[in-house]
Amino acid sequence: MTRISLTVDGMSVSDDVEPRMLLVQYLREVLGKTGTVIGCDTSNCGACTVHLNGTSVKSCNVLAVQADGAEVTTIEGLATNGQLHPMQTAFRECHGLQCGFCTPGMIMQATDLLKENPHPSEQEIRLGLEGNLCRCTGYHNIVRAVQYAAEHAETPTGGPR
Amino acid sequence: MTAVEDRETAQPTAEIGRDRRRKEDQRLITGRTRWTDNITLPGMLHVAMVRSPFAHATIANIDTAAAAAALNVVTVITGREVADEQGGLPNAWPITPDQVTPVHPPIAVDRVTFAGEVVAVVVARSAAAARDAAELVDVDYDELPAALDLKAAAEATPENGGALAHPDLGTNKSALWRFDSSEAGTGQNVDAAIEAARSDGIVIEREYRQQRLIPAFMEPRSTVVDPTGEQITMWSATQIPHILRFLLAAVTGVSEAKIRVIAPDVGGGFGGKLQTTPEEFIVFLLARRLGKPVKYTETRSESLMSAHHGRDQWQRLTLAATKDGTVTGLKVDLLADLGAYVSLVGGGVPVLGAFMFNAIYKFPAYRFTCQTVLTNKTWTDAYRGAGRPEATYAIERLMDELAAELGVDPMTIRQKNWITHEEFPFTTVAGLTYDSGNYEAATARAKEMFGYDELRAEQRKRRESADPVQLGIGISTFTEMCGLAPSRVLGSLDYGAGGWEHASVRMLPTGKVELITGASAHGQGHETAFSQIVADRLGVPFEDVEVLHGDTQVAAKGMDTYGSRSLVVGGEAVVRAADKVIEKAKVIAAHLLEASSDDLEFKRGRFEVRGTDAGLGIGEIALATFAAHNLPDGVEASLDSDATFDPVNFNYPHGTHLCAMEVDTETGQVTMRKYVACDDIGNIINPLIVSGQMHGGLVQGIAQALWEEAVYDDAGTLVTGSFVDYLLPTAADTISFELDHTFSPATTNTLGTKGVGEAGTIASTPAVVNAVVDAVRHLGVNDIQMPCTPERVWKAIRTGMAAPTQEAAMPHFDAAEPGRSSTEGADQ
Repeated sequence: MTRISLTVDGMSVSDDVEPRMLLVQYLREVLGKTGTVIGCDTSNCGACTVHLNGTSVKSCNVLAVQADGAEVTTIEGLATNGQLHPMQTAFRECHGLQCGFCTPGMIMQATDLLKENPHPSEQEIRLGLEGNLCRCTGYHNIVRAVQYAAEHAETPTGGPR
Repeated sequence: MTAVEDRETAQPTAEIGRDRRRKEDQRLITGRTRWTDNITLPGMLHVAMVRSPFAHATIANIDTAAAAAALNVVTVITGREVADEQGGLPNAWPITPDQVTPVHPPIAVDRVTFAGEVVAVVVARSAAAARDAAELVDVDYDELPAALDLKAAAEATPENGGALAHPDLGTNKSALWRFDSSEAGTGQNVDAAIEAARSDGIVIEREYRQQRLIPAFMEPRSTVVDPTGEQITMWSATQIPHILRFLLAAVTGVSEAKIRVIAPDVGGGFGGKLQTTPEEFIVFLLARRLGKPVKYTETRSESLMSAHHGRDQWQRLTLAATKDGTVTGLKVDLLADLGAYVSLVGGGVPVLGAFMFNAIYKFPAYRFTCQTVLTNKTWTDAYRGAGRPEATYAIERLMDELAAELGVDPMTIRQKNWITHEEFPFTTVAGLTYDSGNYEAATARAKEMFGYDELRAEQRKRRESADPVQLGIGISTFTEMCGLAPSRVLGSLDYGAGGWEHASVRMLPTGKVELITGASAHGQGHETAFSQIVADRLGVPFEDVEVLHGDTQVAAKGMDTYGSRSLVVGGEAVVRAADKVIEKAKVIAAHLLEASSDDLEFKRGRFEVRGTDAGLGIGEIALATFAAHNLPDGVEASLDSDATFDPVNFNYPHGTHLCAMEVDTETGQVTMRKYVACDDIGNIINPLIVSGQMHGGLVQGIAQALWEEAVYDDAGTLVTGSFVDYLLPTAADTISFELDHTFSPATTNTLGTKGVGEAGTIASTPAVVNAVVDAVRHLGVNDIQMPCTPERVWKAIRTGMAAPTQEAAMPHFDAAEPGRSSTEGADQ
């Protein structure tokens, strides 16, 4: 077991973990952050996407020990003081989700996308979300949601860091 | 077979027709979700499955000692140890009385019949410990010949030495299902029509492949069973909590009253979670045995290899027509791959297609024959559209072929043969009565949106200039039967259950409303759409309606969600339950207002005495009923009402889909340029939700045309066993769509609605393939097997160009090499 200390959604946490434990397992099984989900075992689907030190990562592709000392933001920490993040609002407003399983990862990836490119073209959005699979929406309204968030960004996108 | 019910269609009102944002979304966008895998209970144990790597083998020995001795392992169980108590998985739809149905034990006992079948289970204190120990289970297999190729499997007998999926059954043939219009009295003899066309007309003969697909819902399946206390509670990622509860009881002998099934948040299904699974029965058994909560969550690789697949047919088709393009008959011969077992409704999936090959057309003669076949591959069952995409693909491809052979525009051929709007209701050659539709209107609108004539002109130019990138236009004028289903029809097809749906409306003393529905959503937005219906019906605010579903203890009755049924069957039950509340409230309102109930009018949530200011809101009546201080004599203190609705007919959405594809003739690369769909789904409750259903459905259908295929190697191993190889489309692969609607309300439900969940998937596959073939038809290509990968397209072009034009247009029944696995990824 290895001791790790990190900040998750603004809370300082510290635990002994097996070196092989994935960050997503740590989030779900140890911290109960079940908003972040596991959709595959080959890092293709992106459902587990979170922010690690402000950048989107697939948390199934990061060991918990690699997050030692890091700041992690999950879908559960994206809203601040009860206010939805503009990207969360945009997904609801544009019906960018159906079953909602890919949604946490999709929203986390989309916020990172807009941080890097605040005014992307449709094609840039599509390429930027290529690592996140959705089976329900056909991506049409997810793309609309990201466009909507870009147009309605009242606060800097990317969420709390 | 149907009578149209005389009910007035709903008038447009405040909530119905509004783009309401979904009630479901708040929890989903903030991560406050209840996926089954999120559930943790005190003392909960975890399961790992040991699965067969072989497609077909006898189990010589299983050594579980090392696994059982591993740290934190509770127990290891093999099929042999539970052979007497585990029961067999149910087949709810034996399509013929003589159907050959192999016994399907949840854990294989002596023999495995597909790669991925469970042979042993490990229970441990953590999922990680269970998986570690599963690696220590040592299984000795003796490999057997595997039946893999569908056509070869259909021919195999003990005498000819062909591989049998279940040698004890002596055959791979499960059931032969047949419909003949001349025997049913719905049409003429198709053999006579074909013979006549051979001498003085045109006969189109083609063979199409419906490749095997994987539903690939995003949430892997997960099941938790808690046996603590007097009741056994199962949470499962399922589309069918009610059917699951009934079948758990029927198979295990545990009283239904002691079983509670909860489908909490469920992450997509698409038919893939319309199943009672070995894993669910295993977890149920383990929890009962061990007396502790038990959880199993599959990995994606396990999901792809063991959750049921879809499609997988060979379709042999003969279309007869006069020289002017009037179709005179259609003959369909199917081979359908069941995989290793006859699943819950898998045998019936091709039967659902049997009524749809004639589609929107007035064919006078029709015969459908389907042979279902067992193979040593993953079992198949419903996948979005279930039988209807296969039928629609076949007929829409054939209509294009007929047009090409006659040298006319494919839209003209369709117009010549389709049912005109004046002819509804129309009884088809397959015996269904289509209640409403307007194919002319939907087509006109779609052509206008698409710029049909302009794109045809561009296509001509590109052909004339021999542009390396050619343009193709694909048409799909589809219809489908959905809203499953009239119970009597299901009975006549030997299905094991009915097709009704149930709803309850509970008026709370505060005036708020609880709606309980037996339809169990997994992404469709029932909470929102049903709230809109109740809000309009009862005149209460949308926000005041709470929709409860997916828990058999709360929603005690239900038939669940599949077959585009929730709104058209379940929604009608909601309407009727709400109307009963109004009827009950009216009696109490009349009493409290000291008026005759004949003088009361119910408008916008209030009973008003005509011609006066006197009135009472439904909330006030709910409170008065709760208090029960002053009710009329003999009237019960409850407004709550139930309704069970059994539809009298299916529901027939239709639409015209137009697709423009660019094909690079030098590389075979295909690119979608434009996709337009004008769908007629009757009246629309929530346009935003409808558009979402369409977009997602379209992409699943497009994915069949261009990308997806479950591929097995010669040993029966699933090659596309992860998302690395099974190609789900990404945002970068798809485009934005242009949608519109025409409105021919359904006549068989009050709201005039039609199903939409499967429409996009059913319609889009042939539109895309027709477009790809259309782009290169002048190069001698008349078919490309799905998925239309660049390699297949390139090879088809090269083959077409090498052959004289006439030959290239000939049917190619022997295109597939015998003996090769039909689901192999190799090219035709």
